[in-house]
Amino acid sequence: MKKLLLGNEALAQGAIDAGLSGVYAYPGTPSTEITEYIQKSKIAQELNIHSSWSVNEKTAMEAALGMSYAGKKSMVVMKHVGLNVAADVFMNTSVSGINGGLVVVVADDPSMHSSQNEQDSRYYGKFAMIPMLEPSNQQECYDITKYAFELSEELGLPVLIRLVTRLSHSRAGVVTGERIAQNTVHLPKISTQFQLIPLHARVLYQHLVNIQPDMLAISENSEFNQFEQGTNKTIGIIASGIAYNYLMENFENGECPYPVLKISQYPLPKESIKILFDTCEKILVLEDGYPFIEEAISDFLGENRKVIGRLSGDVPRIGELNPDNIANALGFDVVVNGKLPKVVMGRPPQLCVGCGHNDLFNAINALKKETENQQVFGDIGCSALGVLSPYESINTLIEMGSSITMAKGASDAGIHPAIAVIGDSTFTHSGMTGLLDAIIEKTPITVIISDNSAIAMTGAQDSAASGRLISICKGLGIEDDHLKIITPLHKNLQENIDIIREEINYKGVSVVISQRPCVQLPKEKKDKLKEYANVSIN
Amino acid sequence: MHSKINIILAGVGGQGILTIAAILDTAALDNNLYLKQSEVHGMSQRGGAVQSHVRISDQPIFSDLIPQGKADIIISVEPMELLRYLPYLKKDGYLITDSNPFENISNYPELDAVYNEIKSHKNHILIDAMKIAKDLGNSKATNIVLLGAASSLIPLSDESFQKAIATLFERKGERIVAKNLEAYLKGKEIVAEIVS
Repeated sequence: MKKLLLGNEALAQGAIDAGLSGVYAYPGTPSTEITEYIQKSKIAQELNIHSSWSVNEKTAMEAALGMSYAGKKSMVVMKHVGLNVAADVFMNTSVSGINGGLVVVVADDPSMHSSQNEQDSRYYGKFAMIPMLEPSNQQECYDITKYAFELSEELGLPVLIRLVTRLSHSRAGVVTGERIAQNTVHLPKISTQFQLIPLHARVLYQHLVNIQPDMLAISENSEFNQFEQGTNKTIGIIASGIAYNYLMENFENGECPYPVLKISQYPLPKESIKILFDTCEKILVLEDGYPFIEEAISDFLGENRKVIGRLSGDVPRIGELNPDNIANALGFDVVVNGKLPKVVMGRPPQLCVGCGHNDLFNAINALKKETENQQVFGDIGCSALGVLSPYESINTLIEMGSSITMAKGASDAGIHPAIAVIGDSTFTHSGMTGLLDAIIEKTPITVIISDNSAIAMTGAQDSAASGRLISICKGLGIEDDHLKIITPLHKNLQENIDIIREEINYKGVSVVISQRPCVQLPKEKKDKLKEYANVSIN
Repeated sequence: MHSKINIILAGVGGQGILTIAAILDTAALDNNLYLKQSEVHGMSQRGGAVQSHVRISDQPIFSDLIPQGKADIIISVEPMELLRYLPYLKKDGYLITDSNPFENISNYPELDAVYNEIKSHKNHILIDAMKIAKDLGNSKATNIVLLGAASSLIPLSDESFQKAIATLFERKGERIVAKNLEAYLKGKEIVAEIVS
């Protein structure tokens, strides 16, 4: 019997069936449902598979590595920009290698449905010189994940699985297989493997370089890379991951007349690409994300346009692929009958009715009228919606934790008032260290932690900050007199404006915790939060 | 069974289009058909425009997304959101929508202009599904009324729809199952009246 699963869920089931002992992750669209599936899985609970959320992607990957060091199979899951946060441990894990199988799952977001950029994680895989897998459909999400753990243990390296939004968030029937047992604890055979002092690291890095041809040979023979002979050699097509489906959608019963190389495993299979080069007049590269393959196989000066794709302009340079832009690249007409009528207006996302961020932004906007120079540095999460109308309260939005540190730098440059607005979970993810920077220098900034006690944007998951914000701020060195709690409600507007104004005028670091639970939280959780709210500052 | 049916479900984040999708999915799988169904998670779910592509076929399906001009039916829980996906509609494809606007934006168009646009299409079903649901004492079932309204156009048996509804609402108890079946049948009945 087929199970109806999202790409994310199929991947999670594959990991459970591969003998996973722990998943570590921080929520982030489009990756969130992978960890949630394992959290809700009865089998995973019976098998005692670790699945609690981590504070950020770096701590998640380090914990996954620790589990691998102990000999068990572990997985770390994140969205594409999360890999920037985990990049330090990620890059060094390819040097140390792994003990128990370690799979790194990264979900990219081409078209930036819920992200600030559309960075392509395949560059990270290449950068770290590790094998990569890119499933094209839900069944492959399952099969490839099981295989990834095998491959990881065979090569002694972490393996990267790259997903894209449309595969993560699309369902299909998936056939699952047998479950492999978890590993027992067994420490690394070579004692120096995880000691990356230069003396050992040089040896380990040399080993990583030495096994590159082995990785390539495995990729050349991978069942996930398929060469389909075609009769029409005017074009040879390389389609990676989900692009393969969009390509085949354009042909009746998926019968494509051109030779097609479907790529779902990297390093790039050189021999198959060479055959395509030698036998076809042109090479069309279809890949979601950046022109990663096209750039690798194209000529640097662009004088010989044998390879076409996103770089040549035959496929749009940015945004996700779909059956239509691939039809255009193939020279097919896309017949569209209905146009988008003029009466259709954009409907951007917005804060929920009754959201506490709303009342906080009203207070911040009132203060903006009092001073010409107020700059508000925003952060990732629901509070980022303060950028949009009707609030337009926030001047900057870059990445997790940047509100506090950008406010600090702007303050150093002479900006006053410099206000940081950051959600509670974003604060514990990567705001705390920046706050310490400001405290050390007594920088005159006002940090507002808009605390809804949830990782709200991704579905109101538990926040590591819940019940801990006051003690964290005090522990970092915020003075009691400049640690304030407000309740963002309309009836408190004037009082809240007065409190924030007073802290803006303080010539040091202030923290204002604007506290009201996310409206998306279930009642049980809200009741539990009331216990935390009774903790006073003194 | 047609070889393939492509359905776009439209609405605003939180309006319950994924419930319609789940019923279609369950019914399709129950009939041993191939299915692909994409959905929107994340930022847009917060009061933004959301859609789901549902593809059902007796042959393997490649793309998770419906190509433009290839949707057989667009079912929408909101009238303006219906129109957002017109470029996907097949020639003579069907439009099915609830008539009640969800006005969470300041520049929401004149409702008459929206209705006129819908009515300019030959195959449209514009109904007050919300009122029908309320009259049945289950205002949350607007989406199920719309599914009932669309059901005769979808090559899945009435029995499999009812079974899927029962399966999906089972956890919420017999009364909720009955209420939703009632909403489904009412939607079906009203369209039968309009079409005849």
